[in-house]
Amino acid sequence: MSEILLEMKSITKEFPGVKALENVNLKVKKGEIHALMGENGAGKSTLMKVLSGVYPIGTYTGDILFENNVCEFKNIKQSEDLGIVIIHQELALVPDLSIAENIFLGNEQAPKGFINWNETIHKTTKLLSQVGLTESPTTLISNIGVGKQQLVEIAKALSKQVKLLILDEPTAALNENDSENLLNLLIELKNQGMTAIIISHKLNEIIKVADSITILRDGQTIETLDVHSGDINEDRIIKGMVGRDLTNRYPSRTPKIGDVIFEVEDWNVYHPQHRERKMLDNINLHIKKGEIVGIAGLMGAGRTELAMSIFGKVYGQKITGTVKINGKEVQLNDVSQAIRNGLAYVSEDRKGNGLILMDDIRKNISLPSLPKISKNNVINDNQEIIEAESFRKKLNIKTPSVWQIVGNLSGGNQQKVVLSKWIFSGPEILILDEPTRGIDVGAKFEIYTIINQLANEGKGVLVISSELPEILGICDRTYVMSEGRITGEVDRKDATQENLMKYMTKSRG
Amino acid sequence: MQTLMNMARNNMRQYSMIIALVFIMLLFQVLTDGILLEPLNITNIILQNSYILVLAIGMVLVIITGHIDLSVGSIAAFVGAISGMLMVTYNVPTFLAVIISLLIGALIGAWQGFWIAYVKIPAFIVTLAGMLLFRGLTMIVLEGQSIAPFPESFKKMSSGFIPDISAGGSLHILTIIIGLLLSLILIFNEVKNRRTQLKYGFEVTPSGIFITKLIAFFAIINVFAYILALYEGIPNILIILGILIIVYTFVMRKTVVGRHIYAIGGNEKAAQLSGVKTKKVTFLVFVNMGVLSALSGLIFAARLNAATPRAGNLFELDAIAACFIGGASAYGGIGTLPGAIIGGLVMGIMNNGMSIIGLGIDWQQAIKGLVLLAAVAFDIYNKNKAL
Repeated sequence: MSEILLEMKSITKEFPGVKALENVNLKVKKGEIHALMGENGAGKSTLMKVLSGVYPIGTYTGDILFENNVCEFKNIKQSEDLGIVIIHQELALVPDLSIAENIFLGNEQAPKGFINWNETIHKTTKLLSQVGLTESPTTLISNIGVGKQQLVEIAKALSKQVKLLILDEPTAALNENDSENLLNLLIELKNQGMTAIIISHKLNEIIKVADSITILRDGQTIETLDVHSGDINEDRIIKGMVGRDLTNRYPSRTPKIGDVIFEVEDWNVYHPQHRERKMLDNINLHIKKGEIVGIAGLMGAGRTELAMSIFGKVYGQKITGTVKINGKEVQLNDVSQAIRNGLAYVSEDRKGNGLILMDDIRKNISLPSLPKISKNNVINDNQEIIEAESFRKKLNIKTPSVWQIVGNLSGGNQQKVVLSKWIFSGPEILILDEPTRGIDVGAKFEIYTIINQLANEGKGVLVISSELPEILGICDRTYVMSEGRITGEVDRKDATQENLMKYMTKSRG
Repeated sequence: MQTLMNMARNNMRQYSMIIALVFIMLLFQVLTDGILLEPLNITNIILQNSYILVLAIGMVLVIITGHIDLSVGSIAAFVGAISGMLMVTYNVPTFLAVIISLLIGALIGAWQGFWIAYVKIPAFIVTLAGMLLFRGLTMIVLEGQSIAPFPESFKKMSSGFIPDISAGGSLHILTIIIGLLLSLILIFNEVKNRRTQLKYGFEVTPSGIFITKLIAFFAIINVFAYILALYEGIPNILIILGILIIVYTFVMRKTVVGRHIYAIGGNEKAAQLSGVKTKKVTFLVFVNMGVLSALSGLIFAARLNAATPRAGNLFELDAIAACFIGGASAYGGIGTLPGAIIGGLVMGIMNNGMSIIGLGIDWQQAIKGLVLLAAVAFDIYNKNKAL
């Protein structure tokens, strides 16, 4: 058990101007699940890229020993040949190919140059059963959910005779059920003798599956903890990650709740492609001034669809129902109308829907509010810089200037740019869809503080979240959705993970 | 020093474009024994490339939104044919005929924009269809024949020069005056901008470099005006072109709609969710392209003094190449109007220079192909290095 499979010794990796890793050491024992933790930008992904050969030998200093042999990988192929397989956060599957084709992509079962499909299908079936999937090997990837796609990735890794499996944020895009599945599978594979390194922000998961934890901070190894030694809990890990005690993960706030500011009544929405499929069924909800209202639900419950159908009818067709702001009915037929009526929607998909990654901070912040800073359609770019600069300071976006390209920022800072953008648009009602997804603990606290502040200014805030502790931590009242309907409404004082979960899984009777 | 490095890095692409242009000019100046920069030839280069540059202005907007337009050459030919029919066959007054032609261009743009923006058919396919459709319609309108000659007033657009205030001298005085005025306005504007920026406490170009830049601007504009004045003065077409360049550069840099065009190309979904009317803006970009294609067709017909079925052949590729050489990204969101103009000039000067030294059309094509590839490869290399 205590045999060392992998040792990385004093790894130092520099990018122009930054030391991403400095003398990092990592020891992984054979047959364990080793968690790598740290805030965004601590160097976890960089370290794994060094290990898997994405950064070839010569671009870093230090030694990698795998099964006691010194390794000098020039590319990913070489590390894979030794059995080191990395599954990235963004899945590398081709949506329009079948499961079998994806699993053997680049490793085709073609002894004489022609693909042996029988062999391919046969092997795929075996691999799928290993990861607990019952799908047909010929199913297209685009037809299965993210959770199952993640399992296909693992099956793909298994097909490569993997000795060390590296998972970068494997559960970031998964709901609780799928995450649970995946983690159980990891434990099972471990019991069969596989070694794994897992990068994750979800502390409860780590504590559940990991045997040891190595914590990185600012590109340096802080400590390695043995989970089985007893006194390891979430607070202990957070302390290592942020370098101080974080006594409260949710900033405190005394709600000052006023009149109803926003109402949605009898809201029905059909699927944008399938005219007959009802996606949202008679939704009724309201938000008061200064109130933070949560929407909990499993993946596919229709939460994002609800938000996007309200926000300028971006989602769905045959939308019926009324929206009232301050008691007055309003028409929100497109996004600009919604913005003019004081709505803002922070998308769950920051990179895909929220930001223009190739543009700088300034342009991203001003985009919905250009009329505010222009006269006769001519933009006052000096004013634009000043406004953007003030948000950079106010929301503590960690970058030297507003000229920084947004694509180069960390997740937490990107989210602050999105928030700046929508706060600048001057909304009365903010819909925040997964506002802290993929963001480290420290930045999360800052985001919560911003949300609280918005509520204290008398705005109505709607928070959609898949993380129940977050819902419990910040929301005054929570709607629970399941299968396109609201199945429950829970006040802060009554809210527990258990009763939220009960409503979340309540299906159509 | 730090700021200087930053500035150099941020504007690397633009500077490298200008350096490439200057290099190509010097190269051909030597290879052609000084013919390239003679007043007559400079005027010729402007006249020869005006219709491509007009197309490049529209095309860079299309490319920034993340689309492409393959039909501009055919549209130019079709509108040229229509204008020929109007002016030559039916004797419609020039001004009215030009207006009708531009409106037809707008209609064609609207037709294509509708399919692209609202029905979401890829622009490549819609405009490929348009390329065939309007080439075919051109031949139908012309019945396979050329229509000529155009009225004098129409020809003036492409081959005329602005009048001079004092006739007789060997130097075109009005041209010199316009050059001086323009350069003074430009300097005044730059100084004013810098003042405002200083007032706001922004980082500005160090004064040494700033002054050098102004002197360079002043020198280039006035030397250019002087060379033109040595021949017949400013061609009419350069006035049209100049106005288009200034207006469109302003729109793209400073106005809300310009910002929206960039946003759509950068991330259409995010733009939509930020309140940009993505369909409408995309539609308008194609309407605009249609109008500029029509203008290009008119300029070409006026220059040729005939509407021919083969007009505008391969214009689309020259215009697209100009945009990419000028730093536009095929994925959308990136590109500048001055870049596209410089790209067009690089192509134009190469064409002209190679023709003067007697290089065959075969070699010209091949070399232009390599230059396009090299320019984009250089771009990508720079981007990767920056990461």
